[in-house]
Amino acid sequence: MNKNIDTKKIIISNPLKLDCGKEINNFPIAYETYGELNSEKSNAILVFHALTGDQYVSGKNPITNKDGWWSYVVGENKPIDTNKFFVICANVIGGCMGSYGPSTINESTGKQIGTDFPIITINDMVNAQYELIKYLEIEKLFAVVGGSMGGMQVLQFVANFPDKAKLAIPIACTSSHSAQNIAFNELGRQAIMADSKWENGFYSNYKLNPDKGLAVARMAAHITYLSEKGLQEKFGRKLQDRDSLRYGFEADFQIESYLRYQGSVFVDRFDANSYLYITRAMDYFDLSKQYKGNLSDAFKETKTKFFVISFTSDWLYPTSENREIVIALNSIGADVGFVEIESDKGHDSFLLDVPSFLKTLGDYINSTYKVINERRI
Amino acid sequence: MKEEFNIISNLIEKNTRVLDVGCGNGDLMKFLQENKTKDIRGLEISKEKVQNCLSKGLTVIEGNAESDLKQFPKSSFDYVILSQTLQAFLNPELVINELLKVGKKVIVTIPNFGYWRVRLQLLFKGTMPVTENLPHEWYNTPNLHMCTIKDFYNFCSSKNIKIFKSIALKKSRISEINKSNLNYKNLDSHLGIFLIES
Repeated sequence: MNKNIDTKKIIISNPLKLDCGKEINNFPIAYETYGELNSEKSNAILVFHALTGDQYVSGKNPITNKDGWWSYVVGENKPIDTNKFFVICANVIGGCMGSYGPSTINESTGKQIGTDFPIITINDMVNAQYELIKYLEIEKLFAVVGGSMGGMQVLQFVANFPDKAKLAIPIACTSSHSAQNIAFNELGRQAIMADSKWENGFYSNYKLNPDKGLAVARMAAHITYLSEKGLQEKFGRKLQDRDSLRYGFEADFQIESYLRYQGSVFVDRFDANSYLYITRAMDYFDLSKQYKGNLSDAFKETKTKFFVISFTSDWLYPTSENREIVIALNSIGADVGFVEIESDKGHDSFLLDVPSFLKTLGDYINSTYKVINERRI
Repeated sequence: MKEEFNIISNLIEKNTRVLDVGCGNGDLMKFLQENKTKDIRGLEISKEKVQNCLSKGLTVIEGNAESDLKQFPKSSFDYVILSQTLQAFLNPELVINELLKVGKKVIVTIPNFGYWRVRLQLLFKGTMPVTENLPHEWYNTPNLHMCTIKDFYNFCSSKNIKIFKSIALKKSRISEINKSNLNYKNLDSHLGIFLIES
């Protein structure tokens, strides 16, 4: 939520034409950076966050006081080592951590924009973040990296700006949202909109918050981020703080208690309208459709090196969908590496401590950085 | 191993586009990268080996040559290499055809089952041969379709595959294979290396 925390922010004055046809200008982009930009400006990595992420990739998130969402990957002596790289991450437009979104205050009314906010797409998010890269005066990024919706932004970024990144690493993502993906997102949106406190998106005018609906949305989504095996091993049928069933609807099982907790902490940090807008942007994502049904055409202008990563137990964005990206790149002779990492932690694997993932990603980024630098010399 | 890498490297022109099928831990890729060309890719079926390659910064795709070579466009590589892997496929003929589509030229190396040491084991011991080059027992070998230098030579002629160069290796001794010395080389070499084109 837009709490009064001192976030780094720039105002984009260039008008941005959105896919929905509307135009926005003078809008804020909130961002955070880690590490130092070197004098050649050749060590910058733009990280894109996922649905409920934010700009606080590493270190302590000043709003939640928890570790940044990608602390396993980004930080000092981490796979993306901030001793070496300059890491940039921006809150997507539509988000609720300081970038232009439905909880932004409309100056003329003094109220939150709510559902008067325009529908945005992954393409719009990426174009807005490109303005930040221009502002930071970085001619060419070393890498663009992201998982899940962050991976979709990686693909869109390279398609839109084929010569602005040397390396692209889309992780656990897809080039087009499947029926199943859309179905789960719709379930979440309906949960929010069914909450009587949603007030057609203008809940803040009434000092209300559809937190029940948002919590249910989060609970449902959270299940899709895990694997059946992971859930069974972690929770099984274990009971929560009790020796026997209570014959009621309290959280008897640990898994129920866990999901309720996940829902309740989520509503403290996330705006319900942002959840609607961002899930919609994901559903609308279909990169091959943008290129008349030929995904390869999205990348035919680029010399960017790709490294695609998927996880064995990810059923939300399964290996087969990640492989389609690899196939599209191979069919135009692009430079692409691919591996499916063994993990039973489901889609969330990219956020968690999965040693073979962290090692492969870190080693690959570091040796590629070395090779590219050697070539330049 | 080193001799084989050298021979392969000598068959490849500088700064060309190369695909190493069944690239293992990327040793040959690394060798060629240092000596011949930066533009080299790998395809490997083992997750662990793919991760090892990627850790070295090599561009490798996890995949199966029998199903995943199709995604590469026709003649998209100057050379496609298949080093001591042909015998491990379910359908070697299909793989050779795929390689010849993807590569303008193809380099195939085969552990020679016709080598006299191999032959003697079956002849005198009466057991399936186990050698330095073919270290597996019959019950755990990944090698489904062993062949000899002569088998591969004949296969190429019968399928109208052009052999540009065929080289026999015994220990570190290198020699050319031709029609007239084929029977002898088939008996006296542990490895055959072929540069072919469709």
